[in-house]
Amino acid sequence: MTWYAILGAIEQGSVYGLMVLGVYLTFRVLDFPDLTVDGSLPLGAAVSSVAITAGVNPFVSLFFALGAGFLAGMITGILNTKLKILHLLASILTMIALYSINIRIMGRPNLTLLGKPTVLDSLTGLGVPAYLAAPALFGAISIVAVAALIWFLHTELGQATLATGDNPQMITSLGVNTDMVVIMGVGLSNALVALCGALVAQNQGAADVNMGVGTIVAGLASVIIGETLFGKGGVTRPIIAALIGSIAYRLAIAFALDFRVGELAVSPSDLNLITAVIVVLALTSPQIKGKLARK
Amino acid sequence: MLNLQNIVKYFHKGGANEVLALNDLSLDIRQGDFITVIGSNGAGKTTMLNCMAGCFFPDSGTIALNDQDITGLPEFRRAKFLGRVFQDPLLGTSASLTIEQNLALADKRGQRRGFGLGVKKKDRDRFCELLKQLGLGLEDRLQACVKLLSGGQRQALTMLMATMVRPEVLLLDEHTAALDPKTGAQILELTQRIVETQRLTTLMVTHNMNQAIKLGNRLIMLHRGRVILDIAGEEKKNLSVENLLERFYSLGGADELSDRMLLS
Repeated sequence: MTWYAILGAIEQGSVYGLMVLGVYLTFRVLDFPDLTVDGSLPLGAAVSSVAITAGVNPFVSLFFALGAGFLAGMITGILNTKLKILHLLASILTMIALYSINIRIMGRPNLTLLGKPTVLDSLTGLGVPAYLAAPALFGAISIVAVAALIWFLHTELGQATLATGDNPQMITSLGVNTDMVVIMGVGLSNALVALCGALVAQNQGAADVNMGVGTIVAGLASVIIGETLFGKGGVTRPIIAALIGSIAYRLAIAFALDFRVGELAVSPSDLNLITAVIVVLALTSPQIKGKLARK
Repeated sequence: MLNLQNIVKYFHKGGANEVLALNDLSLDIRQGDFITVIGSNGAGKTTMLNCMAGCFFPDSGTIALNDQDITGLPEFRRAKFLGRVFQDPLLGTSASLTIEQNLALADKRGQRRGFGLGVKKKDRDRFCELLKQLGLGLEDRLQACVKLLSGGQRQALTMLMATMVRPEVLLLDEHTAALDPKTGAQILELTQRIVETQRLTTLMVTHNMNQAIKLGNRLIMLHRGRVILDIAGEEKKNLSVENLLERFYSLGGADELSDRMLLS
């Protein structure tokens, strides 16, 4: 693997790290498997791209993406808590609805940003070479997001969020409206995912309605790889682990793309299969280990 | 103080499994009462407690606290004036959080939660003092994860959490039933101590007749969703298991009497 590929993996790992933090927040903290992310990632991309095309500053467009993602997550949360739809189904419904909404927002299935200003211009304008600008900027943003999330989960509200995922009966009896916590938590998660989508679109120069396919699986794989590499437990460690997991996942993907046995080479279209296998292995490895230990 | 008036609650209403859980139940809890609640399985003890706590709303009837109607108040809002300890020792604490984080959550019961730090330095000394009362050495393990504690330790912690902000009414739902006898006795002793020192109005469901007779100033027996016995004061002090059973038989509950209740 070349140095260039490693740098690319760090870039991808950092920018998708925002999405992974979102997935961590729902999947691990709130115990809410949320498939909305497959729709909120392109939502963020669409909102940001349309805003930039309309002449909005690329950084300001990120806030639009954050807001749109937050709304999308809130809808999933409301479907689940107020309308009593199973969390998984509620999130699938929002995801499907977002497909149509994203096309409405863009007016077509994809929108190019070629020749338009992006957040990366702020660095390349200073003379930073393009191949360094993206990893540096995305790395900085994801580190800020990690710090913000660690701070949040240590606040009174954050602790109530942790307890909601862990023991809703207990935290209700201590006076917390768990419905509200779930709605806000899933909203926050999808805000991060939409921010990720906006940055990805600006980085690759286009937003596409299908760019979100497989987001949840990549997110889960990253969360689980992070836990395996860096351990879980406590509040701070797993959040840092999620970002590290995201980078490790992209490195693994880059490594897999180099993989070649004779005529057989891995193509980018095989990535979803590889990711699914990684998640299955990671989820079942504790059981397999246990079985082997008992023999 | 807490007043239940003609509460009716059906489960699975209209379905094949329709159950009348609370049948026109009325109960007036007075300030300072320590009421023990007994009754056979399915008599409606837990349903009554959950109804007070707002886990569900009654089909008819009213619940009032200090003459204020709270019938429609959701569970999380009632938490402001209710302290609760559940039968399952795992239900009262958050396993993945530390002891001090759990205490800090309980310290904010019924108050707004904001962006201030969850566990503040200045709270730690107070938490230590509170934990010392338990005599379990938990004061040295503030940063230990609650999942490392035993069921008895967790139930003791829950007792503390339910009462660290003084509740107007303390609801105990068979909170020693899932523990071994020795630990159960310790939790019971702790309960008595906390209730007495804070002069808490308390409702305690129990399956143990001796406990029900020994503790508290008032005993009520539920049967088929209503209060069939309400004994207080001198009369309660002179109660024995035998004459309690006798009264239960004479009220026509003999066939419903469960083995568990006889054996306890």
